[in-house]
Amino acid sequence: MTTPLSPPKKKDPVARTRQPTQPPGNRSREAQGLTSIAAVGRFALQSCADCGRVQYPPRQICGQCLGDELPWKDVNPLGTLLAETKLHHANDLFFRDRMPWRLGVVHMDAGPSVVAHLAEDCRQGDRVKLSLNLDRSGHAAMNARPENPAPQQEDDLQLRELSMDPKDRRVLIVNGKTPLGLALAKNFRAAGSREIFVGYCEPWKASGPLEAIKAMEGTTLIPLDVTDTDSVEELAAVLGGKVEILVNNSYHLRPGGVVDRMDLNISRDEMEIHYFGLQRLAGTFGPAMRARGADGDHGACAWVNVLSAYAQVNNPHFGTYSASQAAARSLTQCLRAELRSGGIRVVNAYVGPLDDEWHQMVPPPKLVAGTVAGRIVKALQQGQEDLSIGAVAEEIAERLAENPKEIEREIKL
Amino acid sequence: MQNSETRANYDGIAVCVPVTVPYSRYSLRSAHWFCGRALADLIKGAGIGKDEVDGFCVSSFTLAPDSAVGLMQHLGVSARWLDHIPMGGASGAVALRRAARAVQVGDAEIVACIAADTNHVDSFRNTIASFSQFANDAVYPYGSGGPNASFAFLTDHYMREYGARREDFAKLCIAQRENALATPHAMMKRPLTLDEYMNARPIADPLCLFDCVMPCAGAEAFLVMSSDRAKSLGLATASILSTMERHNAFPDDPIQIRAGWAIDGDAFYDHAGVGPGDIDFLQAYDDYPVICFMQIEDLGFCDKGEAAGFVRSHDLTTEGDFPVNTSGGQLSVGQAGAAGGSLGLVETIRQLTDQCLGHVVKNARIGLASCFGMINYDRGLCTSAAILARSAL
Repeated sequence: MTTPLSPPKKKDPVARTRQPTQPPGNRSREAQGLTSIAAVGRFALQSCADCGRVQYPPRQICGQCLGDELPWKDVNPLGTLLAETKLHHANDLFFRDRMPWRLGVVHMDAGPSVVAHLAEDCRQGDRVKLSLNLDRSGHAAMNARPENPAPQQEDDLQLRELSMDPKDRRVLIVNGKTPLGLALAKNFRAAGSREIFVGYCEPWKASGPLEAIKAMEGTTLIPLDVTDTDSVEELAAVLGGKVEILVNNSYHLRPGGVVDRMDLNISRDEMEIHYFGLQRLAGTFGPAMRARGADGDHGACAWVNVLSAYAQVNNPHFGTYSASQAAARSLTQCLRAELRSGGIRVVNAYVGPLDDEWHQMVPPPKLVAGTVAGRIVKALQQGQEDLSIGAVAEEIAERLAENPKEIEREIKL
Repeated sequence: MQNSETRANYDGIAVCVPVTVPYSRYSLRSAHWFCGRALADLIKGAGIGKDEVDGFCVSSFTLAPDSAVGLMQHLGVSARWLDHIPMGGASGAVALRRAARAVQVGDAEIVACIAADTNHVDSFRNTIASFSQFANDAVYPYGSGGPNASFAFLTDHYMREYGARREDFAKLCIAQRENALATPHAMMKRPLTLDEYMNARPIADPLCLFDCVMPCAGAEAFLVMSSDRAKSLGLATASILSTMERHNAFPDDPIQIRAGWAIDGDAFYDHAGVGPGDIDFLQAYDDYPVICFMQIEDLGFCDKGEAAGFVRSHDLTTEGDFPVNTSGGQLSVGQAGAAGGSLGLVETIRQLTDQCLGHVVKNARIGLASCFGMINYDRGLCTSAAILARSAL
């Protein structure tokens, strides 16, 4: 059994907060292939197109037949633990701060031997399951766990460095008044979050979800308007040092494009909420979270952006909305780069059409809030960076990878 | 596997002038300085001028951004044969066999084989950072900044597979320390006790402090020339009975339990015309004790997996029935970067030419120096070895 996670200790206000460091992040171009696999939660290695040999570490030439076509293919993640060690000494500052650290060599059923971070419950000779996770430097790392999950294995402290587990962490949900806001609160609660702050704007507008959140234990409602710099700054001053996971659920959708609907005010609102709102949050909560990226086992770890799948390709039925989402998406890449030094990972959830009043004219499949929230929390537990939620979003990602011009021409409601 | 009948022998080739530039834990000197001091000692020892050395084989991790090429201008020498071998711990015997062939065919007359490295406070970190692509991508991100974790894996696996105990590794380390006590430049000056070994600070389980070498600065060097030339210079020489090298042996073994010697060992002894029983002392590459055990097995002194038993039943000191690492080896003398790959070979030349700095193996006629290097990802890739003999008078 994995040693249970200790609840966070009360923070000593005089003691210096441990400064964030990163594990070595110097990867070759080939190895970055693993990063894109880990980002979407897959387990794939290069497999030679000619002879089928599975390769690891990544390379440009097949180690068996010298073929140079090495596409990434999903492979069996199981293997046998051949050797293990516990490091008591490291020159690298990240690992020095976290000694002792367990590592192993896994002989994969798929062929290669792999050096991996090793969960507490694995012993030499055991069958283990590998996963690719993003480490605190934002790069892919191999992680070995027992083939049959050990009780509370998510409490493993090494694993916790490779995931963004909400357990015992404090979460801020921006824009909690929507059904998705409520579903997020419920899912974080179920995942063991210590405290959930739910931001809401326009208090004069009644909201069913907000009433439901009010009745939930462990949640605190707080006024937050992302279009108002003062509002964001004031809240960050109070909460910045407490938020360990921030979920930006800002959402303002109005149908229409640019030729058939000449209304700059709608576009301005969309940009104000999706783009400038994100910028305000980033400029206030970003520095505070980055500074707490290594603050113990419960430090700040993740920034989640709930984005539309149309952030990746414009849907002219929601033309200006898509554009504001694309602008926000670009900003998240900047945010990701700036938060990396604190080990804070930026997770983008690309969501397909929700089953709400603004998608009334959109044919199914449409998503219910609970599905979206569940997927987001799971992605945090597994350490995923980019996730497409729902059939529509998944299809968009696939079509974009295959032929971006095709989807640009053919995208429909 | 080569046919020893068709493979030329090393007749007429002499190995001489063993040189060690004394080790220091850290040094402000550059690798160029250590190479230069080694060359100065070589020509002084041989009684020749700098210009008479017309071939160089250089091995170093810390010459960067220079290579052996830049070193030529730095030292003001003009070579007609130049090699820079990036094989770290395996460089000693590899340099020897290349130099010997160059002299044999007349491409060079006198080759200086120099392995040298400096050690600044940040040298180790810099060497690690640019060591290999596979290490950067697939080892260092896991916390093992350096080879400790990789050898911890090999040691852990070996111990469980073959039942070796830490006490067995201790016996080797303690014997080597005893051998080192007479070596003036050894970093370790005090005897090592079993208690100290067993209770040392853990580094990477099952490795503890005394299983790991201490990085330092220093140089090892020797000359290769024709026997006639050596004779005319009045130098004490050793002759080469055989050499071998092998890189990336057994790539399909899921974890390293054997290396190149297990492929080429038989041909190596055939070529030498001697067997393991004729070897009077072994200089085994000893960055970690498990690698010595692997060499004792792969070089035919016992069967696979039986090195622990072999070590238990032999005395490994210079006074013993199976002397190993007679100057103390890297575990006691220190690991001066790539010079570690020549430490055993230089000590072999000393023992066979009566130029020992420390303890002497009495009546030694034939010695084997074995080298190992370059953990690229999960295993050491380079192996080499040489059998040298006392030159007939």
